[in-house]
Amino acid sequence: MLNKSIAELNHALHTKKISSVELTQFFLGRIKQFDTELNSFITVTEEQALQAAARADAQLAQGTAGPLAGIPIAQKDIFCTQGVKTSCGSKMLDNFIAPYDATVVKRFNAAGMVMLGKTNMDEFAMGSSNENSYYGPVKNPWHLGYVPGGSSGGSAAAVAAQLTPAATGTDTGGSIRQPAALCGISGIKPTYGRVSRYGMIAFASSLDQGGLFAKTAEDLAWLLNVMAGFDENDSTSVAHDVPDYTLTLNDSLKGLRIGLPKEFFNPSLDKEIANAIQAAIKEYEKLGATFHEISLPNTALSIPAYYVIAPAECSSNLARFDGVRYGHRCKNPHDLEDLYKRSRSEGFGKEVVRRIMIGTYALSTGYYDAYYIKAQKIRRLVRQDFDDAFKKVDVILGPTTPTPAFKLGEKTSDPLSMYLSDIYTIAVNLAGLPGISVPVGFIQGLPIGMQLIGHSFKEARLLNTAHVYQKATDWHTKKPEGF
Amino acid sequence: MEWETVIGLEVHVQLATQSKIFSGASTAFGAEPNTQACAIDLGFPGVLPVLNAEVVTMAIKLGLGIQAEIAKQSVFARKNYFYPDLPKGYQISQHTIPIVKGGHLDISLEDGSTKRIRITRAHLEEDAGKSLHEDFHGMSGIDLNRAGTPLLEIVSEPDIRSAKEAVAYLKNLHSLVRYLGICDGNMQEGSFRCDANVSIRPQGDLHFGTRTELKNINSFRYVERAIQYEVERQIALVESGGKVKQETRLFDPAKNETRAMRSKEEADDYRYFPDPDLLPVRITEKQIEEIRQHLPELPQQKHQRFMEQYGLNTYDATVLVSSGALADYFEAAVIASGNQTKLTANWVTGELSAALNKFDMEITQSPVIATELGKLVLRIADNTISGKIAKTIFESLWNQQGTVDDIIEKQGLKQVTDSAAIEALVDKILAANPDQVADYRSGKDKLFGFFVGQAMKESGGKINPQQLNELLKKKLQ
Repeated sequence: MLNKSIAELNHALHTKKISSVELTQFFLGRIKQFDTELNSFITVTEEQALQAAARADAQLAQGTAGPLAGIPIAQKDIFCTQGVKTSCGSKMLDNFIAPYDATVVKRFNAAGMVMLGKTNMDEFAMGSSNENSYYGPVKNPWHLGYVPGGSSGGSAAAVAAQLTPAATGTDTGGSIRQPAALCGISGIKPTYGRVSRYGMIAFASSLDQGGLFAKTAEDLAWLLNVMAGFDENDSTSVAHDVPDYTLTLNDSLKGLRIGLPKEFFNPSLDKEIANAIQAAIKEYEKLGATFHEISLPNTALSIPAYYVIAPAECSSNLARFDGVRYGHRCKNPHDLEDLYKRSRSEGFGKEVVRRIMIGTYALSTGYYDAYYIKAQKIRRLVRQDFDDAFKKVDVILGPTTPTPAFKLGEKTSDPLSMYLSDIYTIAVNLAGLPGISVPVGFIQGLPIGMQLIGHSFKEARLLNTAHVYQKATDWHTKKPEGF
Repeated sequence: MEWETVIGLEVHVQLATQSKIFSGASTAFGAEPNTQACAIDLGFPGVLPVLNAEVVTMAIKLGLGIQAEIAKQSVFARKNYFYPDLPKGYQISQHTIPIVKGGHLDISLEDGSTKRIRITRAHLEEDAGKSLHEDFHGMSGIDLNRAGTPLLEIVSEPDIRSAKEAVAYLKNLHSLVRYLGICDGNMQEGSFRCDANVSIRPQGDLHFGTRTELKNINSFRYVERAIQYEVERQIALVESGGKVKQETRLFDPAKNETRAMRSKEEADDYRYFPDPDLLPVRITEKQIEEIRQHLPELPQQKHQRFMEQYGLNTYDATVLVSSGALADYFEAAVIASGNQTKLTANWVTGELSAALNKFDMEITQSPVIATELGKLVLRIADNTISGKIAKTIFESLWNQQGTVDDIIEKQGLKQVTDSAAIEALVDKILAANPDQVADYRSGKDKLFGFFVGQAMKESGGKINPQQLNELLKKKLQ
């Protein structure tokens, strides 16, 4: 049951070689065995998982099961799951049992998938190392002294250590692609609006997008078929046809025009990462793709723009956590202001407080034009850069991160250096484009990733580009030792 | 010094939708606390707003009703502040780009002239919940049933110059939103609420004085009293050397005064920014045209028509068009009355309105139906009954004792117009009161009324009064 693709698991389930209950028990067993060390799950829903698996087995027996029925998946703890604690990695929601399912959760449940539990994450998805979780840091399965990346660090580590075949994530500035790269797995952030945000606890609404982790691009295609689609409960979701992403996976890359942004290949890029990317480029050339230098001139402005827009939206989105209706409430408040101040100070961690403060400041009278409006202008320029580039190329290729995983604790006291680890991913969120990260090599035993960026709603093209590469290479088949 | 009052009004109109502005929860009034609030209204983690299309249609109707510009694209923003009855920590409201811009409403002044009050804007927003500070022993209760109820805030220019004008404007607006069917107009339940910005300045001065904002005045009468009190307070303050402070004040109807609530000098910073969860509201010309075609006749058009078609004066027309149902009632009654327009208007605005007021009833609940009131007027006009008897019949109609003609028949109320019969009665009365006849003839003119009274009493009020007068005069000479 280990090292199997989703297509293979599906085949085994449909041909009754294994049952979903067996499969689920197998992964629950691995979680028990390894997760005390990794800390990738906040909640394991063993009982519900076994019930769901039994239901899937019944469907499989009746022949009414879909292609994902019976296959386990882990949900990032940012997605609301009815009757199950949904903490968002925060003390604020440590006591919060969601009263409803997020649309994404509903879709996977309806497909017969089996939720194993809720994965660890940076508090409210704010972080790049998973060290901002109220539930403690997640460890990188490739080296337990290193971070898995963030904010979806729990999902990435769980998939890398094969505690689950697949997991959901969310990506506001790189929170899927960066941990996928640092954990040596595949991760996709779809186009903004492709996946419903309903029931996904908001960090920065105009940037947040749900997505997926799996071992391969092929697995991602199977999962995205279920996850993507319009949702009438989310006004920003787009009523755009969802193709069957598995049908185009093997399309030839002959004539594919791949753009290399010169701004991504600058001296601050780790030399070994640059070499790994060069090797991938050679591979693509063999597969018939052509390469073109392009320019994304406003890349450097992405980080400052992002760190105005995301905190601004977060300062407003997180105002609802006030200790009044749910979540953490301080003991014995003596008046309303005391209730607000103490509940919020006690409930939120340092990074969340920092971003709320930055955002509140950026939206204040007298600063709004200088910060928020200016950041929105930069955002339009960033989007324009991509639009111009996609007139010349089909896909943009570059590194996912400037360095491999760093040590636990290495950057916790230096938020700015932490923010810079998202330099290649943030612009994609500002532009609302789809991006995917796939493994392209190792540096001293730590995996590194390649990012492919597509134009809006071109996820099929991205998955195809990644899959054909994975068929020709074996980086994605490497597994961390000891799991 | 002569002072001029300057008033601008902000009216919150609760839109009469079935469900809330951003969720599917019901908007019905009066349910048990917190039973009409879903996860979206409660601001649960992860929920998202979806705009109720009906509120856009309603806002367009209002815009057309005040000859305003409808924005082809308007934007919802977040107004951020903390309060326990504001579940998300922000209110979704249109800020820089409202759905309705400009427009105006004409009001009739007491001297019969018309004044145009310009409207700045009207924008869509969600209502907050309610905080209940009594009954919880040192704690506050929160009822979120109202949270997310759709509101249209209509803001006037500072064109209003007196409390009376303010009331006239509000009454016209109140009538307009009910005609348009976008608001039930129930002021007690808070469906139509008003905040007034009030300032004074020396007559002739072009600069505005410092204004105070009077909050949540929930009846026409209170609006008038609150503004009057506030104007007097400001004048007294300034004349005694003080300065008006920019602040929010609350009207206390029991004490008939306004009290400072909070100072605007330490103004809240609401940190408005466009709500990223909602797309801009886009409206097409076609959509506007379609709504325009189905617009009912509006109060001002109806007012004009009533004056022209029925020859009514501006006062009667104003009262009759104040609600669509009242205007419909009047028009049905006029037909039944054989086109006795002025007399019908008198009965509708007089006897009928008084009875309805007395029992606190709406025109739609009137026990006297329009065709019967019209018939009553017809019977006065064709001399079957006198105006005085008609009041008796009206009472019987009110108590549902049959139709007009039934009541006249059964109670024998038909007017006596037979000259011989009247003459006989007059003779009888004169004969019975010889002293009074003598006194009258010696110059006590006032006794004429005595004879009329006696004759009416004797006949049960059924004598045609004109005929009686003529005969009495003749006989008493």
